[in-house]
Amino acid sequence: MSAFNAIGEEREIDRDEFTPEIEPQATWCPGCGDFGVLKALKQAMPEVGRTPEETLLVTGIGCSGKLSSYFQSYGFHSIHGRSLPVARAAKMANPDLEVIAAGGDGDGYGIGGNHFMHTARENHDMTYIVFDNEIFGLTKGQTSPTSPKGHKSKTQPHGSAKQPIRPLSLALTSGASYVARTAAVNPNQAKEILTEAMEHDGFAHVDFLTQCPTWNKDAKQYVPYIDVQDSDDYDFDITDRGEASEMMQEAEDALYEGEVLTGRFYHDEDRPSYQQEKQATGDMPEEPLAERYFDDDYEWERSYDLLDRHK
Amino acid sequence: MTDDELIWRIAGGSGDGIDSTSQNFAKALMRSGLNVFTHRHYPSRIRGGHTYVEIRAKDEPVKSRGDNYNFLLALGDSFARNPQDEAYYGNEEIKPLSENLDELREGGVIVYDSGLLDASEIENFDERVEENDWHVYDLDLRGLAKEHGREVMRNTAGVGATAALLDMDLEHIEGLMSDAMSGDVLEANLEILEEAYESVNEDYEHTHDIRVPTGTQDEEQVLVSGSHGIAYGSLDEGCRFISGYPMTPWTDVFTIMTQHLPDMGGISEQVEDEIAAASLAIGASHAGAKAMSGSSGGGFALMSEPLGLAEITETPIVLVEAMRAGPSTGMPTKPEQGDLEHVLYTSQGDSNRVVFAPGDPAECYEQTRKAFEIAYEYQIPAIVLYDQKLSGGHQTVPEEVFDEEPNPDIGSVVTEQDLEDAVQEAGRFKRYMYDDEEGSGLGGVSRRSIPGQKGGNFLASGNEHNEVGHISEDADNRTIQMNRRMGKLDAIRDELAENADHQPVYGPEDAEYGILSFGSTKGVIEEAVDRLNDDGHSVKAMNVSDIMPFPKDEVTQFLEDVDESLVVEMNASAQFRRHVQGQLGRFGEKLYSLLKYDGNPFEPEEVVSGFESRLGGDADLSQYNVRIESATGD
Repeated sequence: MSAFNAIGEEREIDRDEFTPEIEPQATWCPGCGDFGVLKALKQAMPEVGRTPEETLLVTGIGCSGKLSSYFQSYGFHSIHGRSLPVARAAKMANPDLEVIAAGGDGDGYGIGGNHFMHTARENHDMTYIVFDNEIFGLTKGQTSPTSPKGHKSKTQPHGSAKQPIRPLSLALTSGASYVARTAAVNPNQAKEILTEAMEHDGFAHVDFLTQCPTWNKDAKQYVPYIDVQDSDDYDFDITDRGEASEMMQEAEDALYEGEVLTGRFYHDEDRPSYQQEKQATGDMPEEPLAERYFDDDYEWERSYDLLDRHK
Repeated sequence: MTDDELIWRIAGGSGDGIDSTSQNFAKALMRSGLNVFTHRHYPSRIRGGHTYVEIRAKDEPVKSRGDNYNFLLALGDSFARNPQDEAYYGNEEIKPLSENLDELREGGVIVYDSGLLDASEIENFDERVEENDWHVYDLDLRGLAKEHGREVMRNTAGVGATAALLDMDLEHIEGLMSDAMSGDVLEANLEILEEAYESVNEDYEHTHDIRVPTGTQDEEQVLVSGSHGIAYGSLDEGCRFISGYPMTPWTDVFTIMTQHLPDMGGISEQVEDEIAAASLAIGASHAGAKAMSGSSGGGFALMSEPLGLAEITETPIVLVEAMRAGPSTGMPTKPEQGDLEHVLYTSQGDSNRVVFAPGDPAECYEQTRKAFEIAYEYQIPAIVLYDQKLSGGHQTVPEEVFDEEPNPDIGSVVTEQDLEDAVQEAGRFKRYMYDDEEGSGLGGVSRRSIPGQKGGNFLASGNEHNEVGHISEDADNRTIQMNRRMGKLDAIRDELAENADHQPVYGPEDAEYGILSFGSTKGVIEEAVDRLNDDGHSVKAMNVSDIMPFPKDEVTQFLEDVDESLVVEMNASAQFRRHVQGQLGRFGEKLYSLLKYDGNPFEPEEVVSGFESRLGGDADLSQYNVRIESATGD
């Protein structure tokens, strides 16, 4: 059956296929870190081997949400903080799709924090990219959940009294089975991590450090990065929750002291994805639900056959 | 008030098995060929607290709970005796008896459990019994149950006593018990049933007139609630994805769907909140499944944002809204029709959605099917609006109502050939195409592709977008896209009007007066109309089920034909009347509202008195919690 004929198509895939015929400069400022995410994602797609038509990119709102406008695939530009619930249902309806969700730090860790926690807990097989620039960009520079304590903005003129969110630790404790951090100024690592995240069979969370040259000139997104896998100073087992957790704590503390540690922090290849768990309990069909609507021979059950209990 | 009917009320504490016992008893009455209507009254509390279920059984069709009732089975609230915290539980021991006396008809029967209830604690009990010619049977149901099984089986003893007092055959009750249980439990229950039956026959002289009516229905009937109607309608439309968060009374639909979906190869998801629930339905629908979600007032408020998203991205979804009394948490287990405007206008910008308000379980089934059809054909969110009364209240419905073929069509979707042609002609597929000549088709609908279809990729954006889905703030594009989306409602209005049974009128065609209503008040008004016409009035009624798009022609015709019309609804601010006036822009001088918002559904007598008070005489409304209000403007 070929209900979705683009799915599973085997051919050479070129990163340019993911470029639509529009100008990305339309809303992103010159020097914006978001360009780095877009580029890394386009570079990763041929590595993963998925075509634009079998890929669904769901985004939230804000500068980061525009990613779906500049990336050619099936796209869904949803609402602030809600990319994950839209994305995970699409994945459940058709698990054969490559599903990617993306949004900013306000979108993902603020307004969408609840969805982040629960999607990670369920371990849906998808990739979640959070553009982390420690600021609300599109609404013109307000303090975000990842802004450092003391950060001054128009809405926090005396400096924020709040500790920033710790995204890596939060992802891990919530249940994400792949957690990494990369940065727009580090394109090779970013491409590798996104590739690995997409290939991972479970919820892959990528905290993607992006610089905001317009509203957050002071952020450490400009300082040199250390890749925890490449550095001899850091030795930990990324499959061990405890060690990964300690390493994340260190990275999260260090970030606000000016040392940026990136790389893979946790990778659990054994944990079944939500889809597998749900299929194991008999709560989800083996075949993609969506295909059934294109199958003329499928025998649809009727409610009439359920009426015995009401007689 | 006639006694060719039995209205049996079983009262006790929440958690004492009142609901399951009443379900079985209602089925037994249905199996003896009667029509049945049930009404649940329960507190927002898990265990203890006064609760009752009323079952009205009649040979004629039953459309409402009726007026008052004529048979009380008062069981006692076992949780009222909870010794752990007297201050909290208070003295509620006699409530199952005392709380129900006001509504018991003259000549009615009282069976109470003397093992738990003490009638002497009730003020003026004997005087009231005498005044009202009540027939009282005190039985130690608890003792009997304890002797043969467990205390909780006193429900069964009560049913046995009921059967004896009403001259019922035990056959159907025994059959239902055998279906539901087995082994020692069944044995004990059957023993208790029979012993109660026999001891009542032996020990008591039957002084009352009430008997169970003779049932003559030979048509196959099923006993279902409005929630069953909605769930079964969804399943028959091929809905195989539901996402939700529990909230009373929406949970009824959610749990019924969840019971069946896994076995039918579908997916049910309980998620973190209602924003997620509606968003999941959108995601599943976008990926090609037929999907639904829903909630009640407060939860639906959270769905406001995704609802707007479904509108602008033109993603078909069906949402269910089961109304309960508000504002805010209001009265969780009590019905009201106060969310009408919430459902009509919530979300950002100009509203653009379809709203159906079925009036009984059969309509719940039919209109949910219609909601899916319209939602998927026109790529627009459709809402099925009903309330707590219809959600949990059961009614006998002819089985043939459900004997319909499934319709798994996902509506206006492109084929692979379409996509090939589109790519060849225009270079790419235009998801939000607005040139009718190029095939955008019916009423502003441009066909959609499903992720995975080759050549069909597009961006569904919650921002205003151009034909291919890219964000656009171009003024001309904006106007065209808005017109195209808003125009769907006119096309849907036309399509709905083609149905011969569209917005039927009940009562004599040339009636002098009208009664307008929507949703669950349908049956009670039909009964009131019959009664009013029997009493020499000239009245007809229209229960409007298409709330948006509004059937302007039909309602205009109805109101032009009558001198004046009552608008009956269960809320305090006359939302439906305002909607009618707003949609039609006239008739203010003809409309009078009859409003009730005390947490209980209308009884026919209240509608009759409301009508007589305003339009046909000077009935006294002071004994009812209802209010008459005239419309403003013209």
